[in-house]
Amino acid sequence: MSTSHSEPVASVEVAPSARKAIAPWRRLLSAFLESKLAVVGLVGLVLILLVAIFAPWLSPQDPFDLTQIDIMDSKLPPGSESYTGMVYWLGTDGQGRDMLSGIFYGLRISLTVGILSGFFALIIGTSVGLSAAYFGGRIETLIMRIVDLQLSFPAILVALILLAILGRGVDKVILALVIVQWAYYARTSRSAALVERRKEYIEAARSLALSTPRIIFRHLLPNCLPPVIVIGTVQVANAIALEATLSFLGIGLPVTEPSLGLLISNGFNYLLSGRYWISFFPGLALLLTIVAINLVGDQLRDILNPRLQR
Amino acid sequence: MSVFILRRLMQSLVLLCVMTVIVFAGIYAIGNPIDILISADASQEEYDRAVRALGLDLPLWEQYFVFLGNLAQGDLGKSFVFNEPALQLVLSRLPATLELAFAAMLISITVGIPLGMWAGLRPDGIAGRSIMAGSILGFSLPNFWQGLMLIMIFAVFLQWLPAGGRGPTASFLGMESTLFSAEGWSHLILPALNLALFKTSLVIRLTRAGVRETLLLDYVKFARAKGLSTGRVIFVHVFKNILIPLVTVIGLELGSVIAFAVVTETIFAWPGIGKLIIDSIFVLDRPVIVAYLIVIVLMFIVINLVVDILYSVLDPRVRLADMKS
Amino acid sequence: MSNAVLKVENLQTHFFTKAGVVKSVDDVSFEIGRGKIMGLVGESGSGKSVSGFSIMGLVDPPGRIVGGRILFHGQDLVGLPEAEMRKIRGRRIAMIFQDPMMTLNPVLRIDTQMIETIQAHEKVDHETARQRSRDALGQVGIPSPEERLSAYPHQFSGGMRQRVAIAIALLHKPELIIADEPTTALDVTIQAQILYEMQKLVAEQNMGLIWVTHDLSVVAGLADELCVMYAGRIVERGPVGQIVDDPIHPYTKGLIGSVPSRNPRGQPLTQIPGMAPTPIDLPPGCPFRPRCARADAACETTPPVEEHRPGRFARCFHPHLEDAA
Repeated sequence: MSTSHSEPVASVEVAPSARKAIAPWRRLLSAFLESKLAVVGLVGLVLILLVAIFAPWLSPQDPFDLTQIDIMDSKLPPGSESYTGMVYWLGTDGQGRDMLSGIFYGLRISLTVGILSGFFALIIGTSVGLSAAYFGGRIETLIMRIVDLQLSFPAILVALILLAILGRGVDKVILALVIVQWAYYARTSRSAALVERRKEYIEAARSLALSTPRIIFRHLLPNCLPPVIVIGTVQVANAIALEATLSFLGIGLPVTEPSLGLLISNGFNYLLSGRYWISFFPGLALLLTIVAINLVGDQLRDILNPRLQR
Repeated sequence: MSVFILRRLMQSLVLLCVMTVIVFAGIYAIGNPIDILISADASQEEYDRAVRALGLDLPLWEQYFVFLGNLAQGDLGKSFVFNEPALQLVLSRLPATLELAFAAMLISITVGIPLGMWAGLRPDGIAGRSIMAGSILGFSLPNFWQGLMLIMIFAVFLQWLPAGGRGPTASFLGMESTLFSAEGWSHLILPALNLALFKTSLVIRLTRAGVRETLLLDYVKFARAKGLSTGRVIFVHVFKNILIPLVTVIGLELGSVIAFAVVTETIFAWPGIGKLIIDSIFVLDRPVIVAYLIVIVLMFIVINLVVDILYSVLDPRVRLADMKS
Repeated sequence: MSNAVLKVENLQTHFFTKAGVVKSVDDVSFEIGRGKIMGLVGESGSGKSVSGFSIMGLVDPPGRIVGGRILFHGQDLVGLPEAEMRKIRGRRIAMIFQDPMMTLNPVLRIDTQMIETIQAHEKVDHETARQRSRDALGQVGIPSPEERLSAYPHQFSGGMRQRVAIAIALLHKPELIIADEPTTALDVTIQAQILYEMQKLVAEQNMGLIWVTHDLSVVAGLADELCVMYAGRIVERGPVGQIVDDPIHPYTKGLIGSVPSRNPRGQPLTQIPGMAPTPIDLPPGCPFRPRCARADAACETTPPVEEHRPGRFARCFHPHLEDAA
């Protein structure tokens, strides 16, 4: 029964003749666009990225330029006007900085840290995972033991300890996030590679005496990418959230790099006196960023993983 | 069965040894505590005395064995800050964290499983979709910000609940907990809720996925073909099967809840081990950090062990395989 | 055949998928009497399993019975309230599934799964139900049934599990059993045993049996009557011996031509060219038309069911009648 009604659903998705004509990425794109929610997420994500990239041009004020900031304007509620006539749409913080500008710049820092750390973790983790699957034996056992050990502890705990050891700084936060994340990529790419390794094209590549790196990176890697990409989107969201958390706790980025987490942390002190906007708006920006990434990631998982269907 | 437990115990012991090395090596890499403890204008003599008093003049490997020996006796040194035994300090803060963690797990199970089952049984209904949308939000909400918002809404604007701190404890069956006093509850609700939201989303998703997968299986259809009532099919045939992955994940998540309590405790000024570790990291209170890690690692090992045993009790297939081996 | 247990008239079960309407069962009619075995043969996707599930009232959304009647002792099962249907399911009509590895719930013991079946329909105490379960296991040839009762499904072999499933189906001595490819997943020797048992049970208990299969050779020696399904329709219906020796419909002829044992050695097996269509938004007309050597313009309208010879029904404008005796 379950077969007889799932069969047609699966086979009708695209007619066989059409499948050849359309390039694979076009097919993926059209599959992606099927979910309205995912499209909303994608549009939102693109907007957020644009804001982060063009923050210096979009911001009404440069929060790092002390000449533009007036301490007399501190803690103004949203919609207030400065004496120069500038409107603080989202209010000002304890130092009199415009929250909107702070958020634009904060997004820039948060996204940079999240994406950079995700990128390095992807490269390291995937290389390790693929090598483990390809070589097998003791190397694989050892690597996977380490991965399992690390993954059995929550990311926040590992990051906490690492930062306690490393100290503060942008580079150190990125390093800690890479160390936290690499294991996810290693595990995912290894399990994908284990399946691929047994396939004939790897056998064929080996019998052609191609070099090991070439087999791993030119033949194995592209076929293992879909699950890695899915993990990648989720991990970037996690990295952004984790960085914000660590910065909020005061052990993440230094105060000279005011990411969203630090902005929220600054607002915490004013929250109890009802000045909600200093924490609320940066948090909202953080939330929207993470939701957008997760929506995109969810849809990617659905279209790249044919086993799961909604 | 007992062979299985014994083997798992041995593995745990090895893991514990590995962890002590990692913890020790890691903590050693943390900056020199002397610099923080001794004022900058202290004389060289004072400095040396402090180094000797803390055993920092010994070679590294010797320090490790001293550390191990002391660990075996439950002595992890005195807190540089509080000047009391570090392990005792951590253990004295543990009940508050456990209370918070269990309250959070309780919320996520009692709310998450029913919602997840509903969403799994009626995935296309309005309720099912809303539950799923809510769980996506629950996943995405940054935990610390969500805590601030809870404070903002319930403590600042509505003024229904206190913004932080732990309420007075009361005794019940020999257990001291704020769960047994009304004021304790009022302090517990917000932090527990904050800690629970993420896990609730997780439980919802797991339950829903489990229900949907199980519903498609032949044995569910066979159960219906036998003429069983819908209730029996869902609550016995489906539920018992999704219970296995659920118990595993929920059990393992307990550890992560305790770790995540760091954030919640900081925001709500909850006097547990999470707040203690953050404070200790700030001042590099090495013995307390070590004691915290050892306690956490031990808890993780115990939790993993218990989950494994539970798993084998729940799943007859695993049970049999273990008895054979 | 006025003593028909079940009479299906113009049954239509459609699945309303995103891709379009799948007419899994489209205008199907047949009947079956007590003590008779009817073979329902077709390729996968031909709608034979869905027919079975339609009778059981177990068609899940997006599927729905959109037309026709299912008369069980003259009572129409289509549109029967779920509570009424539940009383019939498992008690008066039972079902056996294809994969015995999947039909028994892996986390429930055999006795639980048998006793719940009895108690779903009769008010009997646990002990009586257990005894009846034990007897049922013995009846289907399971050795030491008392011990096996408290075993879990994974402790049985595939053949034994299918016997358990049959025992469960027989618990209430149903008047009709629908067996959905019950031997497909089993070894050939076990298959023969199960076939033999089923034949014996049908004769002993005077019940009707619908044997759904894709394997014509299985039902050829077993059934009294045969229905051949293609793309949701019964293309040919009649006594087994006559159909096998002298098929009327071109599809049946092709099907029989491709069975190895029925053809002389050394001669190539005939094949049916092309593939079975996916029954989504099928155009009107004979669905076998693209693969049929005899098709012409007339086949673009749907052929009606006609009695081409006494007791021999087929849906074809160009039946194979020329080589008639």
